[in-house]
Amino acid sequence: MAAEALTPEAVFNQLNDTFSDYELTYDENVPCIIVPANAIRDVAMQLRDAEEYAFDYLMSLSGVDNGDETLGVVYHLYSFTYKNQLTLKVIVPKEDPKLKSVARIWLTADWHEREAYDLVGMTFEGHPDHRRILMPYDWEGHPLRKDYEVPEFYNGMKVPY
Amino acid sequence: MQEELLELREDIASGIDSGKLRTDEMVLNMGPQHPSTHGVLRLELVLDGEVVVKIIPHLGYLHRCFEKHAEAMTYPQVIPYCDRMDYLAAMNNDHGYALAVERLMDIQVPERVEYIRVIMAELQRIASHLVAIGTFGMDIGAFTPFLYCFRDREFILDIFEKTCGARLLYNYIWIGGLSHDVYDGFEKDVMQFIKAFRPTITEVNNLLNYNKVFIERCASIGVLPPDVGISFGCSGPMLRGSGVDFDLRRDDPYSIYDRFEWDVIVGDGSAGTLGDCWDRHMVRVKEMEESCKIIEQAIAGLPEGDISEAIPKRVRPLAGEIYTRVENPRGELGYYIISDGKGNPFRVKVRAPGFVNLSVIDAISRGCLVADLVAILGSIDIVLGEVDR
Repeated sequence: MAAEALTPEAVFNQLNDTFSDYELTYDENVPCIIVPANAIRDVAMQLRDAEEYAFDYLMSLSGVDNGDETLGVVYHLYSFTYKNQLTLKVIVPKEDPKLKSVARIWLTADWHEREAYDLVGMTFEGHPDHRRILMPYDWEGHPLRKDYEVPEFYNGMKVPY
Repeated sequence: MQEELLELREDIASGIDSGKLRTDEMVLNMGPQHPSTHGVLRLELVLDGEVVVKIIPHLGYLHRCFEKHAEAMTYPQVIPYCDRMDYLAAMNNDHGYALAVERLMDIQVPERVEYIRVIMAELQRIASHLVAIGTFGMDIGAFTPFLYCFRDREFILDIFEKTCGARLLYNYIWIGGLSHDVYDGFEKDVMQFIKAFRPTITEVNNLLNYNKVFIERCASIGVLPPDVGISFGCSGPMLRGSGVDFDLRRDDPYSIYDRFEWDVIVGDGSAGTLGDCWDRHMVRVKEMEESCKIIEQAIAGLPEGDISEAIPKRVRPLAGEIYTRVENPRGELGYYIISDGKGNPFRVKVRAPGFVNLSVIDAISRGCLVADLVAILGSIDIVLGEVDR
């Protein structure tokens, strides 16, 4: 076991070598690694299981409407072994917001992906229980989208107050 | 009449044997209005007799669109909404949010503010744990300790009320500072409270925690193995009860927690199995003593100064994003804030510890009895206000 915690940039360089098929990019403003939607499960598996990363703790998974015809999912990871953090991002187009689920890799993601689907409205392929979680099951639309319009009525009840 | 009954009984018996009469699982709703769900949570239980086969939690009864509201507010206006998420630990919620925005704006807050914040956060932690311990005892059938806990919590609420005028939802910790300085005699009140509070821990220990009936109800129930806890993202007393030595106040230090001498409490499985309900409960009990230690040191080191000098006139962070986490009484409270340079946040996402801790309930409750499920739910210590947000 290496004693040193890797910096996000070092993690990115190593990952880029491992996954030469996928196009990973590094955003140094945040800093975070931007992962293509179809690669996220493989990358996540590698980050959790490989000894040099050991990101065994998913702190948070957030769905974001970027406001420019894309939706994003942000993963904040933490490693109990090295005590370092890493941020991953997946950006998907608004017309076809599909990405692979990581609910089987970190069990935290199960409810968080349901929340992201519920509020922002991306589809997580391979999620074991893809339902709404906070809003009523028969609610229409995804409230945290920037172009969301509050419906007039919900089951005959007036919504705006 | 007698013969008819006998015939009926034979029919039923033969029906069971031949498989004509179904004796399989039953679905039962626990909640949304059930006293042991600590709010409005509905658990759909699949039961085999008294044994829980599966749990499907249904959340959202208390969903108040915090994240949607936050996008329409200016940064300081979000703080009262933070109060209302985890209404038993409002100080800690505000602390986390203020910290996140300060890091985004690169604000250095005065020493005095940091000390007062830590004192308030730890007092709030004690108050929150007292509710958790009292209601957990009550779930299991011990009513008296609940009264002891609430009696002492009242002292803390009095101190808060004297400081900022509110007893539950404070809006006290502001971005860059505090809404009020502490009143004259605050230090004396806090020290007096701690002096009066320490015997209560012993009292509750004698009455509840080492009571044989209580231990029988909690030991080896709802066992959460450490690796499962980590994979589910559990945190706080829930994870420490499983023996994982992890506390953000020490491992990802924020504010001025690195200046104090205190211990991280972990469960040891001394009553039954490591990670059972009793371990989680005892972590909370022992943590109150550690909070007392921190408060004593903070009171001793409380510097003079102006509490409002770093409060910005306009809160308008540059475009950017940040994830900040603090140790709430229930675990890791994370704020993910994206700013686009405007006066209101572009996106605020809250990682609520109760939400994540609750997700483990199906995994640790399978195979237990319905009565034990009440104990497990009580030991997770959820506040539905933050689960549903």
